[in-house]
Amino acid sequence: MIKPSLADKQRFFFDHYGVTENDLEHYLGAALSAGGDYADLYFEYLSSTSLMVDESMVKSASQGISAGCGVRVVSGERTGYAYTDDLSASRILHAARTAALIASAPAKTPVAGFQQSAARSLYPVTLPSVDAEITAKVELVMRADKAARAYDPRIQEVRASYADELRNILVVASDGTFAEDSQPLARMNVSCIAKTENNSARGGSGGGGRVALDFFFGDKNPEFFAKEAARQAILQLDAREAPAGEMEVVLGPGWPGVLLHEAVGHGLEADFNRKKTSAFAGLIGKRVASEGCTVIDNGTMPWRRGSLNVDDEGEPTQETVLIEKGILKGYLSDKLSARLMGIADTGNGRRESYEHIPMPRMTNTYMLAGQDNPEDIIRSVKRGIYAVNFGGGQVDITNGKFVFGASEAYMIEDGQITAPIKGATLIGNGPDVLTRVSMVGNDLKLDEGVGTCGKDGQAVPVGVGIPTIKIDRLTVGGTAKKDPGGFMQ
Amino acid sequence: MPSTQLETGRPKLETDLRSLAQDIVRRAMNGGATAAECVVREGDEFSTLVRLGQVETLKESGSRSIGVRVFNGQRAASTYSSDFSAPALDRMVKSALELSKITSEDPFGGIPEAAQLGSLTGDLDLYHEDVYSLPGPDRIDYARRAEKAALDFDPRIKNSEGGSFDAATGHKVLANSHGFVGEYRRSYCSVSAVPIAQTEDGAMQRDYWYSVARMLSKLESPEQVGKVAAERTLRRLGARKAKTAQVPIIFDPTVATSILEHIFEGVNGDSVYRGASFLAGKLGQKIAGDNVTIIDDGTIPGGFGTSPFDGEGIPTRRTVVVEKGVLNSYLLNTYTAKKLGLKTTGNASRGLAGTPGIGPGNYFLQPGTRTPKQLISEIKEGLYVTEFLGHGANLVTGDYSRGASGLWISGGEFAYPVEEITVAGNLKEMFFNISEIASDLEFRGSVASPTLRIDGLTVGGE
Repeated sequence: MIKPSLADKQRFFFDHYGVTENDLEHYLGAALSAGGDYADLYFEYLSSTSLMVDESMVKSASQGISAGCGVRVVSGERTGYAYTDDLSASRILHAARTAALIASAPAKTPVAGFQQSAARSLYPVTLPSVDAEITAKVELVMRADKAARAYDPRIQEVRASYADELRNILVVASDGTFAEDSQPLARMNVSCIAKTENNSARGGSGGGGRVALDFFFGDKNPEFFAKEAARQAILQLDAREAPAGEMEVVLGPGWPGVLLHEAVGHGLEADFNRKKTSAFAGLIGKRVASEGCTVIDNGTMPWRRGSLNVDDEGEPTQETVLIEKGILKGYLSDKLSARLMGIADTGNGRRESYEHIPMPRMTNTYMLAGQDNPEDIIRSVKRGIYAVNFGGGQVDITNGKFVFGASEAYMIEDGQITAPIKGATLIGNGPDVLTRVSMVGNDLKLDEGVGTCGKDGQAVPVGVGIPTIKIDRLTVGGTAKKDPGGFMQ
Repeated sequence: MPSTQLETGRPKLETDLRSLAQDIVRRAMNGGATAAECVVREGDEFSTLVRLGQVETLKESGSRSIGVRVFNGQRAASTYSSDFSAPALDRMVKSALELSKITSEDPFGGIPEAAQLGSLTGDLDLYHEDVYSLPGPDRIDYARRAEKAALDFDPRIKNSEGGSFDAATGHKVLANSHGFVGEYRRSYCSVSAVPIAQTEDGAMQRDYWYSVARMLSKLESPEQVGKVAAERTLRRLGARKAKTAQVPIIFDPTVATSILEHIFEGVNGDSVYRGASFLAGKLGQKIAGDNVTIIDDGTIPGGFGTSPFDGEGIPTRRTVVVEKGVLNSYLLNTYTAKKLGLKTTGNASRGLAGTPGIGPGNYFLQPGTRTPKQLISEIKEGLYVTEFLGHGANLVTGDYSRGASGLWISGGEFAYPVEEITVAGNLKEMFFNISEIASDLEFRGSVASPTLRIDGLTVGGE
């Protein structure tokens, strides 16, 4: 077989560290020196910048690089892993031999010749922001500070930050996998505190993606994020106590999609289902949501924070239907789960860095739009809450219980949005919360690009999205007592 | 008691990393910095997970990294690298000097004054090589034994996320342009089990338990860890929702710790000077009941939060944060202390890059005299919380709302498990409503709390 030409690609590790194809085969050979079914190498070179303005001063600026190589050997269900932050041949070989200790059989030979993974180009950045002029980034955070303060005199504390990175990766495996990618990531965040004589409140906003610096000079500019953060802080100054107990809940479009991430996404990661530790184990083909709910995980959306050309095992990402018209269709898989479960690899094998073992993770997870007009959804609610912005969430995948914390929410009384309420945690049960979705809006929106997901101590960037939806019953964790006539203050 | 004698500039151990840190500081100063600080970290980690008796993962590695912070007058910037080659270190220093031209003049910026710098002397009992003393197969056996003890405990425990054994060591060096150079090593090992129990109708519950220590010989037996994990998991089986109500709540130590952390976040100088804390401006005022005394002590030998100096080279110390309900001290680093016109409390925490933050030493609530059982026996109808889900504390307003699960208390005893409920209130009132503090203080990390009873919170459920 003729090896495909790798010469026309930008070959970061070949050029900067003098790595050759022969070296890679040699390292993989060492990894399989005690047997094993599979071995891979993950080379990473990450450069990053961050800036923070506080009290209208640029108080911190930092830059750094982190580089290394992780070696994995898989033997049956067993994984051996070792890494090095020194990319010299002797250190990589040492790591390969350490990882090899997981197996104890005669040596195996990796397949000869690498096969380059089909490459998408979801984030064709010409000048990565990490290489752009630092003065332009300083301008961004200073503009955000100014815009937030100009919004209202009650905005008295503003912090604006900007962070970007460029991650160059190379993944090669004993099955011939060869994938390179150059993954930009940038984001801005603004947080504000509004103060009056006897009250204070906070607001926050942010966004970004796998984008170049010019992204922040378009619609999603510092003023956009600053005004949004300031608006939320001012609004919260007058928030009433949130109600407590079960009630109708309407979620606004966009970031409230974090519901899907917590309630169903994690429970559908293949590793939990292979081990039967997920509340969703064995539910494929069963109804887990109402007819109107179709939930997708999609790693192929251009410029998105959760997107990847290839996952961290070198597999191209894809669009995966998790729930179709309420029926559970599939899991999110990496190579190990795919092999052990006999299912397709959906290209969801991700890791935080070269120090970490990959596992099934979400990319961009969202619900498709339905037919309902968002105004009609609000009008249909007699008494409930309308939650439009959230902090984070968490799930216990074994019993299915999940929470997500509303940071901007309102009372709905007799079909009308009335007063803003204080932040409250919403809690529900993953396998049945979507069965109570009675209306799905026609206004699907994706989040602005700030999500980071944690699993087993590994953080990876993700996206979420959702149209306006109505959930007939969900527990709201406020402090106000209910009375027969409505909600008391 | 630990000695608090200082040993500024009297190095005990000469290592390559120590001279490297000093060299980087010198290079930054030669390049035009008015002050500089360098941190070097190296560490080794080992971890193994055994699931259903079989090894699932085995990980072993080490890494190191270096960071420099420079001042150009009152302008600060920092850079870091995992690459220790000469050109990479050169680039790191040059980039920091370049970056310091674009940051703002901050009148409060700078490294600590020379007179404040120093390090605790004496053996702080932080490093024991025995965490790596077990041969490979015995380490795996630790994990296997913990899981097996859980699986064997009860037939309803049918599955598991595994048993694990972890060991790690870390070495940290800090040097600055006032001539400070200090270093310390710390070790750590832990064993844990995460069993899954199932009822006849298929409903599953998972819980965990662990033991952590700075030396292997102080680790609890894997059998004990597995047994407690099993008990904690089994008591969750058959959980139901609770009715929305205001009832007394008992928080077990694992969740009480997170409540105590809200006071830590509230007295963190960074939140205080920005007015971003519900405790800002409350120094000298009552913020909790008379029974509440909170201490931060970075000097306790063998402690998980102990170190000889903080992230800026200030010797650690003991600070009474809250004394009989009165806020006695904020927790500060050099910058936040200057902003507030106070003195640093030696709580600077420093990553590789950025400005130093604020971290706890050994931070704890002083225990009372009664047992958790006595506290529970006095409650007619109430809730015992064993787990929180989500975050849900707003430090600016004090608003508090979290997902929870635990056990319902009826007639002074546990009646049945509950889940899918919320606990809500406001932090400003919560600490006045701590009506009981039990005697069971135990450190499983740098923050520790005994069992607590808090009244006046709202339970959200059906």
